[in-house]
Amino acid sequence: MTELTRPIRRLLGRNVPAAARVPTATAEPSVSAARVDPAGSAVGIDIAENDPLLAYLQGAPGPVDIARLELDSGALTALREAGVALVVPLVSQGELIGTLNLGPRLSEQEYSTDDRRLLTTLAAQAAPAIRVAQLVREQANEAAERERLEQEMRVATLIQQQFLPRQLPSLPHWQIAAYYGPARAVGGDFYDFIEMRDGRIGIAVGDVTDKGVPAALVMARTHSILRAEASRSDSPGEILARANALLEPEMPARMFVTCLFAILEPSTGRIVMANAGHNLPYIRTDDGVVELRATGMPLGLMPGIKYEETEGVIAPGSNVLLYSDGLVEAHDPGQEMFGFPRLREAMTIDDAGSELLDRLLEDLHTFTGADWEQEDDITLVTLRRASGVSDEVGDTPSLTTAFSIPGEEGNERLAMDRVAAAIADLGISPARLERLKTAVSEATMNAIEYGSQGRADVPVDVEVEATTASVVVRITDRALSGAVPDDAEAPDIELKLAGAQKPRGWGLFLIRNMVDSMDVTSDGATQTVTLTMAREEQTDG
Amino acid sequence: MDERKFGAEITEVPEEIRLRLSGDLNGRADEALTSAYAQVAALGPRRVSLDFGRVGYINSTGIALVVRLLAQARRDGRAVRALGLSEHYREIFRITRLSDFMEIVEGEAA
Repeated sequence: MTELTRPIRRLLGRNVPAAARVPTATAEPSVSAARVDPAGSAVGIDIAENDPLLAYLQGAPGPVDIARLELDSGALTALREAGVALVVPLVSQGELIGTLNLGPRLSEQEYSTDDRRLLTTLAAQAAPAIRVAQLVREQANEAAERERLEQEMRVATLIQQQFLPRQLPSLPHWQIAAYYGPARAVGGDFYDFIEMRDGRIGIAVGDVTDKGVPAALVMARTHSILRAEASRSDSPGEILARANALLEPEMPARMFVTCLFAILEPSTGRIVMANAGHNLPYIRTDDGVVELRATGMPLGLMPGIKYEETEGVIAPGSNVLLYSDGLVEAHDPGQEMFGFPRLREAMTIDDAGSELLDRLLEDLHTFTGADWEQEDDITLVTLRRASGVSDEVGDTPSLTTAFSIPGEEGNERLAMDRVAAAIADLGISPARLERLKTAVSEATMNAIEYGSQGRADVPVDVEVEATTASVVVRITDRALSGAVPDDAEAPDIELKLAGAQKPRGWGLFLIRNMVDSMDVTSDGATQTVTLTMAREEQTDG
Repeated sequence: MDERKFGAEITEVPEEIRLRLSGDLNGRADEALTSAYAQVAALGPRRVSLDFGRVGYINSTGIALVVRLLAQARRDGRAVRALGLSEHYREIFRITRLSDFMEIVEGEAA
């Protein structure tokens, strides 16, 4: 008789809970048995989880005669082909942990009742010992896996920190602070300040989906691309479009990068921003907290993406906060999310720099409770422009949005909705908002009809500027048909009903009645209609 | 928001025919509104009610379509009234003086 082992293996899905697992071939029971194959080597037999043999062996009271068994089982066939005659289930605490497989007796006689009794006793004694050996091996493997993951996290953190700015820019009249708090399973957050021409500062905040080393590597690559592109272009939209074009072909499956890129002109507070699917920054002004809106696809998802730009002015005394998901998506013990409204509310308090960041983190920890394990990286970047640095404080624009639409019929609705969204937070009354929307829609319709002649490739530019007193919307077209004809005659409903005037011709009439003023300027190549509306109803009746 | 497709559905109530309009009333509504009015005219009611309850957006071209429909109805000797207009569009009907030639019913469409 030679030694033969037949550990059991089950084919397991990766996510089967440990308690449901039959140990795999890690434990190797060593039992005397008849020699089966001439080489004397043990060949592992895989028993699939749904193989009926598994259930049969689990319930078998003792050794099982393979030759007599009638089951539609792949494992049974494999055992027979390997020359196994008798299978002794090894059961510990009701769980099948392996089998002892024996070939035919060398004497070519059947296994006797005594043989079987002996094997049953042997299996009963061996099974617990084997189980212990299996558990020890499993724990050793788990410890090794944990060590490997921790090592990977150390590498990810190292990469991550390598690319975070070592120091923040020091700008007169500006207070800048940043915070980066990695989650245990380091995510792919990053931020960067890039010195650009004419004293301007590029600011990037981003988040790579996924965690660990792959995310850190994509973050590092994105960081380098943004720096390189920022040295070539002054346009955040162009920088993101170039970054997308470079990242997209090499982006691993199911990964992408959200990123906000802004260029700040410290002397004036002017900020131009483009956004690749990242959270919108909050600006706290004397009028409240507003979002600086710009939308665009995350980087690396698809080629040929264009990124719109939004422009704003950070007025003296105002604060900007750029942030990653980690803060707003943190959960409290009841699984409620910190969320945007809470962050926005926190932004209403006038403090700045590290004081603001400390307060936000305190708010977060109060919300999540002491036992919270940080779910994702948290990145916060804040910039505050000192009060009293400009003598233009009076009516400095606190919000500016600029965008273009294709000069195609129907897009006036798009312009109207986007202007409405841009000023949604200014507290303008619904009635006034509706009037401004109608004026914007009508002016844009004219720009499309006359300025672009309905051609999608001839854009109409829209700029929204809010000051403390008013909202100004400028609609600029390419004047393909020259100036918009002013109504030759004022629309007269009676003449129209009598057929003496065409039914159309209400556009300019409506605009003039909807806003406080409408001015038209032209330089030959473009025509601009400027609509102005006071933010509050004048009381002159 | 995206443009909403215009629709005009005819329902008959005593003495009048109601046109339940929906979607955006702009230049693209021309055909649907013209054809709906032609069907209404064929039924010869004394009054046509335009129900704007489900119209979210009306531009100057849409106003022109209403003016044209009103002119046609007047030629046909038919009264027109407007139901379900929002406050904003009631204001526009006022300043264009459409409201001098058609009854504007405030509140929910009856």
